[in-house]
Amino acid sequence: MTIFKSLLAGAAIGLAISTSPMAIAATPDNVLVVAMRIDDITTLDPAESFEFAGGDVSRNVYMKLVNFDPTDLDAGYKPEIAESWTVSDDGTTITFKIKEGLSFHSGNPVTAEDVEFSLQRAVLLNKTPSFILTQFGFDADNVAETIKAEGDTVTLTTDQPYATSFVLNCLTATIGGIVDKKTALTHEVDGDMGNEWLKTNSAGSGAYSVQAWNPSDSVVMTANPDYYRGTPAMTRVIIKHVQESASQRLQLERGDIDVARNLNPEDVAGISSVEGVKIVDELKGRLMYLSLNQQHPVLSKPKVREAFKYLIDYEGMTQSFLKGQYTVHQNFLPQTYLGASSENPFALNLEKAKALLEEAGVDGLELTVGVREAQERLEIAQSFQNNAAAAGIKINLTVGTGKQILGQYRARELDVYLGAWGPDYPDPHTNAGTFAFNPDNSKEANATGLLAWRNGWDTAGLTEKTAAAVIENDRAVRAKLYDDIQAEFRESSPFIVMAQQIEQNAMNEKVTNFSGGQAITSASYWQVTK
Amino acid sequence: MVSVTSQTEEGRKPAPFPPWLRSTLATLGSITATLLGLLLVTFVIGRVMPIDPVLAIVGERASQETYDAVYHQLGLDKPLMVQFFYYLWDVVHGDFGNSLLTARPVSQDIARVFPATMELATLGVVIGMLLGIPMGVLSAVHRGTWVDQTIRVLTLVGYSMPIFWLGMMGLLLFYGILGWVGGPGRLDIFFEGLVPSVTGMVLVDALLAGDMDVFWNGFFHLILPASLLGYYSLAYISRMTRSFMLEQLSAEYITTARVKGLSERQVIWGHAFKNIRVQLVTVIALSYANLLEGSVLTEIIFSWPGIGSYITTALLSADMNAVLGGTVVVGLIFICLNILSDLLYKIFDPRAK
Amino acid sequence: MSEQTLKQWLLSDAPASRMQARVAGLYQGWLRLTSNWMTLTGLLILTALVLIAACAPLLAPHDPFDQDLLNRLKPIGFDDHYLGTDSLGRDILSRLIYGSRITLYIVALVTLIAPVVGLLVGTVAGYLGGWADQILMRTTDVFLAFPRLVLALAFVAALGPGIENAVLAISLTAWPPYARMARAETLTIRSSEFIAAIRLQGAGPLRIITRHIWPLCISSLIVRVTLDMAGIILAAAGLGFLGLGAQPPSPEWGAMISEGRRFILDHWWVATIPGLAIFTVSLAFNLLGDGLRDVLDPKDGGHG
Repeated sequence: MTIFKSLLAGAAIGLAISTSPMAIAATPDNVLVVAMRIDDITTLDPAESFEFAGGDVSRNVYMKLVNFDPTDLDAGYKPEIAESWTVSDDGTTITFKIKEGLSFHSGNPVTAEDVEFSLQRAVLLNKTPSFILTQFGFDADNVAETIKAEGDTVTLTTDQPYATSFVLNCLTATIGGIVDKKTALTHEVDGDMGNEWLKTNSAGSGAYSVQAWNPSDSVVMTANPDYYRGTPAMTRVIIKHVQESASQRLQLERGDIDVARNLNPEDVAGISSVEGVKIVDELKGRLMYLSLNQQHPVLSKPKVREAFKYLIDYEGMTQSFLKGQYTVHQNFLPQTYLGASSENPFALNLEKAKALLEEAGVDGLELTVGVREAQERLEIAQSFQNNAAAAGIKINLTVGTGKQILGQYRARELDVYLGAWGPDYPDPHTNAGTFAFNPDNSKEANATGLLAWRNGWDTAGLTEKTAAAVIENDRAVRAKLYDDIQAEFRESSPFIVMAQQIEQNAMNEKVTNFSGGQAITSASYWQVTK
Repeated sequence: MVSVTSQTEEGRKPAPFPPWLRSTLATLGSITATLLGLLLVTFVIGRVMPIDPVLAIVGERASQETYDAVYHQLGLDKPLMVQFFYYLWDVVHGDFGNSLLTARPVSQDIARVFPATMELATLGVVIGMLLGIPMGVLSAVHRGTWVDQTIRVLTLVGYSMPIFWLGMMGLLLFYGILGWVGGPGRLDIFFEGLVPSVTGMVLVDALLAGDMDVFWNGFFHLILPASLLGYYSLAYISRMTRSFMLEQLSAEYITTARVKGLSERQVIWGHAFKNIRVQLVTVIALSYANLLEGSVLTEIIFSWPGIGSYITTALLSADMNAVLGGTVVVGLIFICLNILSDLLYKIFDPRAK
Repeated sequence: MSEQTLKQWLLSDAPASRMQARVAGLYQGWLRLTSNWMTLTGLLILTALVLIAACAPLLAPHDPFDQDLLNRLKPIGFDDHYLGTDSLGRDILSRLIYGSRITLYIVALVTLIAPVVGLLVGTVAGYLGGWADQILMRTTDVFLAFPRLVLALAFVAALGPGIENAVLAISLTAWPPYARMARAETLTIRSSEFIAAIRLQGAGPLRIITRHIWPLCISSLIVRVTLDMAGIILAAAGLGFLGLGAQPPSPEWGAMISEGRRFILDHWWVATIPGLAIFTVSLAFNLLGDGLRDVLDPKDGGHG
């Protein structure tokens, strides 16, 4: 027994010694170590990459014609590879003048030809994000004419006049990344324009090049010494895949990483009191919403749609399990977007919801709600389930992996879908064009990319208004148009937008200028110092 | 355990092949049949699963045209059997196809993730063996006493504990508070990429390069998850050791040995234990095979890029090439370990002859 | 009959009837089983579990689904929430009590499926031999060589998440060892004299397998199932952890850990309490299994 006693004593002493503050390991001064979930990266090719973590990598590797300055995101896009641009009188042609003296990581100069190649390539490869470009009328047949390099200029010709800001905002998306044509073509296989090679390698001109990408493990980036804004202070950036929030928090507390990007509200609260750690909040573009399938005989009744808007505990959720990471927002345009409305008229009101349901003659409704296996969504779903039960509606949750639920949603099989939507490019049309736009609601149209179609909603005239807003060139008028669309959408649509995301990045207090890109773009590292 | 019982019936014409060749051929045949079955079942599961591989590639926003193009490109418009034979054809030619999620050949992925799991499983089973066998022997020798009961409860505790809870708590205590071990991942950031990857196992690579700093850093990252897996397999190993030992200790020859005046130590280790070694090999091989499947939960908590989480992620995204490749590798290892332990049994066990 | 005589009757060295012999055998087994405190503990825990599950509505202080966002993540002993509240403000103790029903449900379902399938496949293969044996055992090998979690995950993914499907998937991965065991036992029994005698009396294979071979395989099967039960409960919890087990708001223990693990650093009890519950039940099955083996399995049971 004495052995046990001495063991216990030993353990107690060990605890006492080690709980006193100890020298925390530190990462090197010129290396930035970020912990986040990167298992969504499936490709690094800017013409194909379309997930959050991939967007972060791409933003630091590929320059674009126009781009955002991470230290001044409110200013909107600024010239990058394009020195300047002019718009033709009829509004269909934009001519970019390419800056001189820029070069790719390979040493090749950045030319108009590379720009032409990259944008044509994105259209020709026809990968998922290609719609961001093809919505201007570019397609495989006309791309040789519509995207054209001449000397040091590149001309884009659209099928009709669009708001110039709309076109340029689209070019700031990942798909607008300019690829080194020579390098890409030396790795071409079967006419894939280097797609296979660029999935795992990089050929850009940005602040960093990709040294290694190990799926679901890490991305290592090396600074570009010839970067036109000057060599980045962080000569290496290491992105580590760390799945669990608690693990990220422990690593940050111990000084093994500089930035933790996926902490949940409780861990943020826990670590904010730790010395040497700071939390930086950024409003992101992601919206949490609930949508009602209009193919359902009961859910398509206007009174029922309205009733559901009073069954969500907006305040309760953002003050409890979503605290600090979501803010109440009931419009399809995220705050900070042109024309975004900040009207939030709905609140939990069981009596009102019951009265509306009674008026609609609803009794004993039972619904299936599809939700992805993610903790915050499950909690929102259960909170909603609880309120619905109080109003006499039985909710069955179907939980599955993202792809499983998504498949059902796209096939219009769910009664109700609970999910998130993030903008694809920083222009109001990115959300208006999917929430409030559905030219053909028939089953045959199979417009699975449009949220309105997935819910079988014909938009009650908002489609035309959205189409009008996207070609309006006067900024103030355009903003007003979107405000009107949102007002109508809020009242009559089958969508219940609940909250907008706030990203809470926890970091070592030595790290300055970190930018997660806010609601309009991805994270950037070249301006970071520590 | 794939035991091949080739019964040579009496009175038949002499076989055209010598017996050893026949049994080798039969073994190979049964491996092939098992692997084929494995592939077929996986393939069918992949097809009936309501997860859409196309969506895994194109994502939420894809238009129907993009979707259709990828559907065709993946060959999903062909009949299942045709797809299966195409796949088999490629596999026979050493091509497991590309993973949809990682955009690189599955064989390359497995070469990356499997050594990580192997490193973890190997240390895990070594720990389980080093502690489990003595505990089992001790337990059997002191049958029914408090020693036996303490050991049994201790090992059962490990077996009954949800491993993800234990992992999280272990990480909090030993890494977060005490700082005795490394955190999630296989190495500290500064140590990554310092030694060339030859085997893919950090410790072995570090030794090959002669870099002891990397070795120790890797060891401190490995020790906690490996101990957890070790604790888990310890329960099985010690329980089986105990029961094999009990069987031996009640045998007559032990009584004889005791009567002859041999010391208790000689009786236990020199006689009884000597006789259970072969049986133990089977148990350890089985434990090892189980750990080599990869413990998904441990891998998630420790950010360990192993084959368990690789196959799981692939499965949940319907990345069937990756799932099939991973399943074949894990299945093959399982079969091989079993054949190996059968073989050892035949060679070393006097009764089997 | 007074108690004294009943005991004598049960412990009689010379049973007067076949019935007496059988009952006496059971009684002696029972005595041996309960003479070990470890086994007894296991048995008591499991009995308690059954009682708790049966009386859940009487025992639970709160509705297990009642949410209260203002009182979420409260610690142990807060107000009348004896074990605190979870992320949605639900009473953890009440959820734990109702969750015991799900655990029992899992245990019952798996026990009904996996050993039965294994027994069927194993005895048929073992008794018939020949090509039937080859096909059945080759199939068993295929399932045995599968990475277990992959197989379970694949089945759950194919069938859709939910507790029944999770149980089904786990059973599908659990049967091959039983089949192997049953086959091995059948092989020894098949060549025994008494089976030959029965065959001579004209009994068909079906009758021999069901009436004579199955009863002889049962005892080792029971031991094995009890010992495996802990693994099965943990596997169900693991599926719950990956979001493929019970669906919310069901208070399944594994799902409760999964929900609570996010708070493990600051609100440790949310995950730890269901973790302890799983641990206790698993341990109970292991203890009982160990004891049962001593009694039922003569090979390594010893006679001491």
